Amino acid sequence: MIFFSKKSKPKIPLEKQKLMTVNGDEAVAYAVKQCYVDVVAAYPITPQTIIVEKYSEFVADGEVHTEFIPVESEHSAMSACVGAAAAGARAFTATAANGLALMWEILYIAASLRLPIVLAVVNRALSAPINIHCDHSDAMGMRDSGWIQIFAENVQEAYDTTIQAFKIAEKALLPVAVNLDGFFLSHTLENIYMLPDDAVYEFLGGPRKVAKTYVDYLGKEVEAKLDPANPLSFGPLDLYDYYFEHKMHQVEAMKEAKKIVKEVHDEYAELSGRSYGDGILVPYEVEDADVIVTVLGSTGGTVRWVVKKLRQKGYKVGTVRIRLFRPFPFEELREILKGAKVVGVMDRAISFGSFGPSFLEVNTALYDLKEKPLLVNYVYGLGGRDVPPDLVEKMFMELLEDAKKGVVENKLRFLGVRE
Amino acid sequence: MSGSKPEPRGWRDLPLSALPYKLSLEYKTGDWRALRPVIDQSKCVKCLMCWLFCPEMAILWDGKQVSVNLDYCKGCGICAHECPVKAIKMIPEPTE
Repeated sequence: MIFFSKKSKPKIPLEKQKLMTVNGDEAVAYAVKQCYVDVVAAYPITPQTIIVEKYSEFVADGEVHTEFIPVESEHSAMSACVGAAAAGARAFTATAANGLALMWEILYIAASLRLPIVLAVVNRALSAPINIHCDHSDAMGMRDSGWIQIFAENVQEAYDTTIQAFKIAEKALLPVAVNLDGFFLSHTLENIYMLPDDAVYEFLGGPRKVAKTYVDYLGKEVEAKLDPANPLSFGPLDLYDYYFEHKMHQVEAMKEAKKIVKEVHDEYAELSGRSYGDGILVPYEVEDADVIVTVLGSTGGTVRWVVKKLRQKGYKVGTVRIRLFRPFPFEELREILKGAKVVGVMDRAISFGSFGPSFLEVNTALYDLKEKPLLVNYVYGLGGRDVPPDLVEKMFMELLEDAKKGVVENKLRFLGVRE
Repeated sequence: MSGSKPEPRGWRDLPLSALPYKLSLEYKTGDWRALRPVIDQSKCVKCLMCWLFCPEMAILWDGKQVSVNLDYCKGCGICAHECPVKAIKMIPEPTE
């Protein structure tokens, strides 16, 4: 949901923003174009292809100064981005599903070397069987790699979040993955508002500024980048003597990241007039709700529509969309969910032999409460399976029934699978 | 280097991006050696085959005598294997 601020006028009023009809992939490409990216290295994979296709058009037409590297695999795409970012460039790449899985090794390296790379993940199911449609199992595979993960709900948010991502990455010194649902967002045309180029330039503070760090053998503070004048080694051998300490850097950076995501979101809201909850969670009708459902990505809109309908019928239901998945907003979510009788957690992915990935997080968030809501996990929409409103309504009805009974018998349920 | 803090250091004192805070010259790579080469100088014919084959460049030649830099020798035994006059013996490092 887009909240246009009503109180104060945004710095760039809507009449000064350009209304464009684009799909999610093109929206990301336009956002990247406005962000003065130095290097884009990418390999095409459905449903991400349009991002890179569109961006290579910009490069070919001379509209951007970007160095475009058409690599031979996603593993190389991320490697090229790591090299470029280590040299001080603002780097971007995009991928999906199996491509992201092939990047896996380098994702960890990008995060550990604290390189502010931005990656657009167009969520798609992992093989086998081969499936090109929306599913969050690819994003959940990179969950522990140390990347900030943000899920967009619509095309406008995908555009806004991509611009925010560069600022978040460069402030937090962590790479950021912007997730948008494959086909539901990536290939769906929407009217979106785009900021003027100079407003984005100003928002990001111009080209990337490299962070400084003190290095003993040089005896001074230098920019943490590959520079012959101040030679540094990136990613050398680091065994049990210092590896643990270096991981602490990432732990601390993730702690800070949540604040930075909020700050950047608020700053962007002032500029554009568009905000998404508080930047990390988007609650809807949760104040007095008995049943609250948490959701990620584009399904948020459907769930909200059903909540609106059920509220008109007098049911006390609500929903909260989790926008920031890593770092996970435990405290904020606990505050919202603690009053509910039943919490339903929707997951578009499953950890085989366990529950859905976001169920585990919500469970952890609620564990410390004295009076806990009942928890149910709904795995839905795997491989792009449609989630129509009546299916969501059926889920709410089941949860309301659980609230009445006060016990949950089956914790893991599947929504929309044929028996 | 001058001004260096004593080891071991906490994570707050380390540079960003997992960068090393000291030069690689200061890292001794021979401290986990199990066998140590000992050169019998009376047998040595100074052919420098050991110097040629040492993968760590740990064999030193000062123009008169061959010696081993034990800071970097990993104890692989290639020098002893290649020595044509069997002047080098690998003996176990003392264990504490």
